[in-house]
Amino acid sequence: MKALTGLCAGILFGIGLAASGMTDTAKVIGFLDITGHWDPDLIWVMGSAVLVTLVGYRIVFKRSKPVFAESFSIPSKITIDTRLILGAGLFGLGWGLYGYCPGPAIAALVYQSPTTLLFVLTMLFGMWLSGWVSGQFK
Amino acid sequence: MTLPIWPIIGGILIGSSAVLLMWLIGRTAGISSIVWNAISTPNSDRIWQVLFVFGLAIGAFLFHELSGRPFPQINNDPKLAIAAGLLVGFGVRLGSGCTSGHGVCGIGRLAPRSLVATSVFMVVAILTVKIVRNTMGA
Repeated sequence: MKALTGLCAGILFGIGLAASGMTDTAKVIGFLDITGHWDPDLIWVMGSAVLVTLVGYRIVFKRSKPVFAESFSIPSKITIDTRLILGAGLFGLGWGLYGYCPGPAIAALVYQSPTTLLFVLTMLFGMWLSGWVSGQFK
Repeated sequence: MTLPIWPIIGGILIGSSAVLLMWLIGRTAGISSIVWNAISTPNSDRIWQVLFVFGLAIGAFLFHELSGRPFPQINNDPKLAIAAGLLVGFGVRLGSGCTSGHGVCGIGRLAPRSLVATSVFMVVAILTVKIVRNTMGA
């Protein structure tokens, strides 16, 4: 059931990304260009998604445990540290340069653009590199 | 003003996917973590995450197939894709999340770390677009 849930949630998320315009790099850049020719459409994506999780999570967390698992796995970290800020900053830089965050980039692989594949492969390398670098400073 | 219907539908689907994942298996729909676990976690918890990742692409394909909307034109600059992919990958792992994990799920839980991370990557991405626009004169 976990596998089926993963697949269904992924498909739902993928439809959402393609429908919303998040897989269109020009649309994303237009959304981020608030001091230029701002295209505010994508604010509705984040807005409606967050509204659904704000309400939905509240209902779900009334349960003592999930339907097909023993417990809820919620990120336990609460400290706001340099890693969080620096990581979010570097991510924002990459997102603003090209127009893709991880989810849309993976969904967009179906558009069969070699450039998107390049983005996804270097993204995976970047994730690996991040873990390696963090390991060096432990 | 007309409401941008597709971004709203897309956002609702994205939020619903996140709520579904929490309700059924107690997990956060943080795509950067799911992607990294899908390729690196050597245990049974990997399967749903691998299927989720495939689901993203299947979902995007289904959307275009069923709606008849054409694939978007995406940014075709390979050098930019490599640089941005690296930054996005490195950043999301260092900062423990991206637009989905921090932006949609984290804000849905009102997690302070996610509120901070989302503010940082939004501001940096907006500034990046502004600087790129100014230096390229476009």
